[in-house]
Amino acid sequence: MNALAARRRHPAAIAILLLLGLVAVGGAYSLLAPKQAQASVVSAGDINTGKSLFLANCATCHGMNAQGSAAGPTLVGVGAASVDFQVGTGRMPLAAPNVQAQRQDTSQFTQEQIANMAAWVASLAPGPAIPGAQYTSGQNADVAQGGEIFRINCAQCHNYAGSGGALSRGKYAPSLTGSSGKTIYEAMLTGPQSMPVFSDSNISAQNKNNIIAYLKTTQTEQQVGGMTLGNLGPVSEGMFIWIFGLGLMLGCAFWLGQKAA
Amino acid sequence: MTDLDTTGQPSTDVVHLDEGHHIGTGGLPARFEDPGLPTHIHRMADDSPDAGRRAERQVVALFGLSMLATLVFIVAYFAIDKSVGIFLPGIGSTNALNVVLGVTMGISLFGIGAGAVHWAKTLMPDTEVVEERHPQASDAATRSAAVGIILGGGEQAQLGRRPMIKYALGGALGLFALPFVVQVAGSLGNPTKALAGLRSNLWDIAPGVSPIRLMRDPEMTPIKASDVTIGSVFHVMPETLKDSQHVLEDKGKAAVILMRLDPNQFSAAAGGQRAQAWGYQGIIAYSKICTHVGCPVGLYEQQTHHLLCPCHQSTYDATNNMEVIFGPAKRALPQLKITVDDAGYLVAPEGFHEPVGPSFWER
Repeated sequence: MNALAARRRHPAAIAILLLLGLVAVGGAYSLLAPKQAQASVVSAGDINTGKSLFLANCATCHGMNAQGSAAGPTLVGVGAASVDFQVGTGRMPLAAPNVQAQRQDTSQFTQEQIANMAAWVASLAPGPAIPGAQYTSGQNADVAQGGEIFRINCAQCHNYAGSGGALSRGKYAPSLTGSSGKTIYEAMLTGPQSMPVFSDSNISAQNKNNIIAYLKTTQTEQQVGGMTLGNLGPVSEGMFIWIFGLGLMLGCAFWLGQKAA
Repeated sequence: MTDLDTTGQPSTDVVHLDEGHHIGTGGLPARFEDPGLPTHIHRMADDSPDAGRRAERQVVALFGLSMLATLVFIVAYFAIDKSVGIFLPGIGSTNALNVVLGVTMGISLFGIGAGAVHWAKTLMPDTEVVEERHPQASDAATRSAAVGIILGGGEQAQLGRRPMIKYALGGALGLFALPFVVQVAGSLGNPTKALAGLRSNLWDIAPGVSPIRLMRDPEMTPIKASDVTIGSVFHVMPETLKDSQHVLEDKGKAAVILMRLDPNQFSAAAGGQRAQAWGYQGIIAYSKICTHVGCPVGLYEQQTHHLLCPCHQSTYDATNNMEVIFGPAKRALPQLKITVDDAGYLVAPEGFHEPVGPSFWER
């Protein structure tokens, strides 16, 4: 072995070094990233506090009396469920004007503040109320029935496993992974943004609970086929096999073609 | 260049680009000689007994790994219950038996292949060998003998003396092709019946028969007009589906999507006005089968009133009688005329006025 060979690096050295660097950066970020405090106290909602919160945070677009403006729709008659959905999922207050409000990991308000604003908006005109726990828990539900209703009413936009999908002009149906039963129920009840309304007179409360149970089951059940690749169908599966399957085959082909030392 | 120069004198003439076309011999030889095989380079295992033993150990280890994985496969097949789950990072909750069987079978197959390749590369002879081609044709005597056998066989079977046998055999073999042709052609279906099937669906009713109720799919419950709030979408099947003999086929043709718009949102154009007239207080019902290639059109954007097909993004405008505004579809979705019965439930008093589904010949 001569001096040149002794100093030569192994061909995999760069790949391993890159991997180590990525793991180190990712690990450090997850340790040091700022975390949001979680509030979970729910109260009935004080209308006056709700109004002052509304004036401070929402009135710029929705108007001083929630009558709407050029920048935002009227909130008269949208009901408490709509406020709880939009603010509770962090979609409102809108971070920036865009084709569609995006779900955020955390809301900018506590549950109590949201309840106050919801109470004030609900006091303007009758609208859907925040659903109770009985039909949002996914308990005591028929999962198979929920799956059938989901596939007929929801799967065309949200994907058969609730992974979401694209609509026109940059709009999209969001992924339902990690959404709470209450959020899913409120979305069906109020029809936020592009989504149509599925009121209780269309899909009954019990059937909504069945849908929630189906979604919870698909997210937690054992994946018999192995890695789901996001449940996105042939696109992610094809990409996986093109990159990793063909990569492995190319590696074998190079090895086959190489002469033994 | 020097390799090709037959004169043995390398060309030293430098041709500059600005000299224009340069007429030269190109330095090509009159005839290329066979360069022969390159010098054989020995591998390490050919020269060093240590390297040979190391290669042997590696091949045995790969085959051994395959054996081990196969044994684990067999043990796992009996030992692991098929309902047992296992959590794998990056994959999540998955089936333990499937994972173990897949991984061990992969290792055992790869071990056999990799061992064989490594064996061939390191230990099997790798010296280059030349095998000359030889003519493939047999000699003249063998060939005339073969012709004699065939002609003699025909003579002894009396093909020439009794031609009826020859023709009958030909007829039998030729006729035997027809059952295959009949089956293939028959599987295409009866064209008249198929066309009639494309033109009809469960919403068609004879005059005088009471209108068909619109039912929720899959619950099969009737829909009150007051149930359909503005912005709602209902997926609808005809009430008569429950008596159907061919449920899937009938479902595929009779699927209807129903939505309610604010009456002010309809287009002022003739299409929008007709759509409203055929609906009931802003409730409109259309065939859910795309007029492009028949996918179920279900992606309804409540704010833009666009109805999208998930397959090829054909987009229909719900405010203007489902005219196509984008995508490959060529026709608007057929509208189902609806009204309410005495009990307040939505009904369809007459069928579609045109065939539903993708365009076909002889419409």
